[in-house]
Amino acid sequence: MAVDGIAAPRRAAPRLGIGRLWYRVKGSPLTLIGAAIGLLVLIVIIAAPVLAPYPPDKISLSARLAAPSLQHFFGTDEVGRDLFSRVLFGARASCGIAFAIVIISTVIGSIVGCLSGVIGGVVDTAIMRLMDVFLALPALILAMALAAALGPSLFNAMLAVAVVRVPAYVRLARGQTLSLRNRTYVKASRSFGASPGYLLRWHILPNALSPIIVQATLDLGGTILTAAALSFIGLGAQPPTSEWGSMVSSGRNYFLDQWWYVTFPGLAILVSAMGFNLLGDGLRDMLDPRLGGR
Amino acid sequence: MTAADGDSLLEISDLSLEFRTYRGPIKALNGVSLNVRAGEIVGVVGESGCGKSVTMMAATRLLPEGSARITGGGIRLFGSDPMKLSERDLQHVRGRLVSTIFQEPMNALNPTRRIGEQVIEVIRRHQRLDKSAAAGKAASLLRDMLISEPERIMQSYPFELSGGMRQRVLIAMAFSCEPKLIIADEPTTALDVTVQALILSLIKQKARSTGTAVVFISHDMAVVSQLCDRLYVLYAGRVAEAGTTASVLAAPAHPYTRALIRCLPGLAPPKQLLEQIPGTLPDLLDPPAGCLFRARCREANERCVAVPPLAAIEPARRAACWRRIEETQAA
Amino acid sequence: MSLISTILRRLVLLVFVVAGVAVVTFTISHLIPGDPAQLIAGDKASAQTLAHVRQELGLDKPVTQQFGIYVKQLLSGDLGQSLRTRRPVLGDIALFLPATLELGIAALIMSIMIGVPLGVLSAIYKDGPIDQAARVVSVAGISMPVFWFGLALILLFYVKIPILPGSGRITLGIAAPPRFTGFFLVDSLVAGDMKAFWSSLYHLILPAFVLAFANLGIITRQIRASMLDVLQEDYVRTARANGLSRPAIILRHALPNALIPSVTLLGLAFGDLLYGAVLTETIFAWPGMGSYVVSSIQTLDFPAIMGFTIVASLGYVLINLAVDLTYMVLDPQIRELG
Repeated sequence: MAVDGIAAPRRAAPRLGIGRLWYRVKGSPLTLIGAAIGLLVLIVIIAAPVLAPYPPDKISLSARLAAPSLQHFFGTDEVGRDLFSRVLFGARASCGIAFAIVIISTVIGSIVGCLSGVIGGVVDTAIMRLMDVFLALPALILAMALAAALGPSLFNAMLAVAVVRVPAYVRLARGQTLSLRNRTYVKASRSFGASPGYLLRWHILPNALSPIIVQATLDLGGTILTAAALSFIGLGAQPPTSEWGSMVSSGRNYFLDQWWYVTFPGLAILVSAMGFNLLGDGLRDMLDPRLGGR
Repeated sequence: MTAADGDSLLEISDLSLEFRTYRGPIKALNGVSLNVRAGEIVGVVGESGCGKSVTMMAATRLLPEGSARITGGGIRLFGSDPMKLSERDLQHVRGRLVSTIFQEPMNALNPTRRIGEQVIEVIRRHQRLDKSAAAGKAASLLRDMLISEPERIMQSYPFELSGGMRQRVLIAMAFSCEPKLIIADEPTTALDVTVQALILSLIKQKARSTGTAVVFISHDMAVVSQLCDRLYVLYAGRVAEAGTTASVLAAPAHPYTRALIRCLPGLAPPKQLLEQIPGTLPDLLDPPAGCLFRARCREANERCVAVPPLAAIEPARRAACWRRIEETQAA
Repeated sequence: MSLISTILRRLVLLVFVVAGVAVVTFTISHLIPGDPAQLIAGDKASAQTLAHVRQELGLDKPVTQQFGIYVKQLLSGDLGQSLRTRRPVLGDIALFLPATLELGIAALIMSIMIGVPLGVLSAIYKDGPIDQAARVVSVAGISMPVFWFGLALILLFYVKIPILPGSGRITLGIAAPPRFTGFFLVDSLVAGDMKAFWSSLYHLILPAFVLAFANLGIITRQIRASMLDVLQEDYVRTARANGLSRPAIILRHALPNALIPSVTLLGLAFGDLLYGAVLTETIFAWPGMGSYVVSSIQTLDFPAIMGFTIVASLGYVLINLAVDLTYMVLDPQIRELG
């Protein structure tokens, strides 16, 4: 806010410094909750075999569709598999795939976007027009069609969603590169004879990275949902893989009487997506240049 | 203090204020005292960051409520404390009694509404006038601002006008409800040099003809010296010096004022390099003890380790500098 | 940039986008692992039948030629024949589209009517209890698995507390109104059949709410963000400095300026609604395009899937164009100069 004298210029997103981050996070319990959920998800992904009381596909026909109890925290499914264990293992498929999608599309998108911005000219125009075309299309519908064409499997669903996510990152990374390239300090550095590599390393990358990381965090939540939805309509993970979306899909046949079957995998999707969305939201607020140093 | 005057419109005494930031509170004001009487034009000068705008925005309670906190002293605006006013009373005070002209005219008007609607809205907010009477009043106010075709301007959107034109609209708006006090916060800084003089004289003429008091905030000693009856020189959230414009310019008491005057091109001998003030403003997150100007002052000595009070050095002249205070005492 | 030149630019982009859709769907159809002819003719088809099918589909021709044929068919509105329903895909879509539009429009209205006031309130009372609550609601909306939320609401309002219908567009036993627009609400009013009208409205509540919920979060967030932006603007400070009342500042100065950038969001929201409709319709047995495409996916009915993709993409592109034009008309700077 321009309080005195000259109006504050539109500032670049401040970098994620630990001190500033902590100051802002302290004042935002929702962001802390998001971070805690994110951490929990990571722990579950890594330690699922240790945490799960049963193997995820251990069939026990004597304990079919058992209600939640001390033996089975989340109850059991139609062939007596422990739903708690399956939900824990499901994190690997459901969130793992989301991580993979976001990492793939971020890395490819950022590289293409930065290059496009740095190279400029015809190449840049061609790439960006192509991205415009893709961005003008409904991404999720395309992902659905692509996943259907590739054949239903977790890997293909991942590929399909990753492909349609790329253009958004290309545009983000390019926009960042361009705006940074024209910043006075970058121009100044160039006028002192800095090489393009130096510029990229010291001026462009560090400043472009924060918004991309925030976008990626925000996308994690959405991607978990998309992956689960694809599995739900039969395009992603196939039974007997424990995956939250396909668990809800099979549980749907029993949901009128065995509420727990759909409830817990669905809650797992909701909670983990919420965790990443809260975290991403909080990070974005912190990076908001309009908030400056506050 | 000259608080005894009955017609004091704004009285700020020993006001301290800080902004909360993640690095800790910034002590933006450290005991500012200032008063404005009816009908006079008062200048508030200092470099950016010295607290000029903050002081005046605090007086009208326009600072963001969450981040700014008053830590000491008080404000009396038309006899009441603006911090204690209800939202309703505050709205009556703003516009009707005090209005503000801001620095940046480019975005100070709503981009999606016509100029006329915006001026009329303010007029009708504070005066019982029907639409056509308010429109007539708006047109005559704009004409006073030397706008030749007020009807056409009123039909325009802000983006169709130049910066100078917009600022004239905003000045007309500020005067529209005949306030007793107008705060002009660097009204010409964002404008071309060629229109600056016009805008300033428009404000001065209108104020003199209506008997409105004006607080003129500026970093430009030259501008202020032409317009104002009295001056306050602010440094790092404190008043360095106060007095009539003539006396301050003739015999600046504070080294900071002297430095500001020496920076003026008009007052420097030709072909001589303009002076700069060495150093920068102190860090207001962690202000040094004593006189805040000490680090940049050529005349500083061991006395300056203590904070100098704003003491009367002549009738209607005050300064916060040990050297000058001691001279006065000796005399 | 003037209005007309922008429209022209957008139309040029539109041509490219439509061409892009054709290329993408064509490529996707050729990505199908294995032999499409095999898929169509079935596993037990003889080599002769396969060759025949291949010839019929033009699969024996070079790819470029195939693409030419494909584009020609698209231009004449031929989206092929559904393998499942054995009817032209375009006819099927025309049959199911109104149900989806009715659901989508209801959801859009619902989300705007709740989302805009919520966004405005949370911007005004930033960091207050309303803002915190709105933030939780909007994050929940964005993070909610639509298919699961639908099931949960059915369980709650249809099974446990049976106050709302959980599936279909109209009560069994009440005849659907004679088809005129395909929108039951409109058609029943046209036919003067109030029983059908109320029944359709009743059936719309749960699925529309499920669909609206995700959108609600996005709208609330957007309105909040742009309100916060606008409230920081100099002209809001001018209005405050001139003593305008809070309602006047918010309703006359801040909100109109905050709504303008949010209009663009409507177009994007449509994409999410389309996708959300696919899931919602499945859950609520809503006989629209979403249910149609999910059944098609489950039976690997590629002509239907691709037809849906093309129609959905075209609709999305056109809606976004319309929204952007609206945006320009709303902004006086563009309107007056154009």
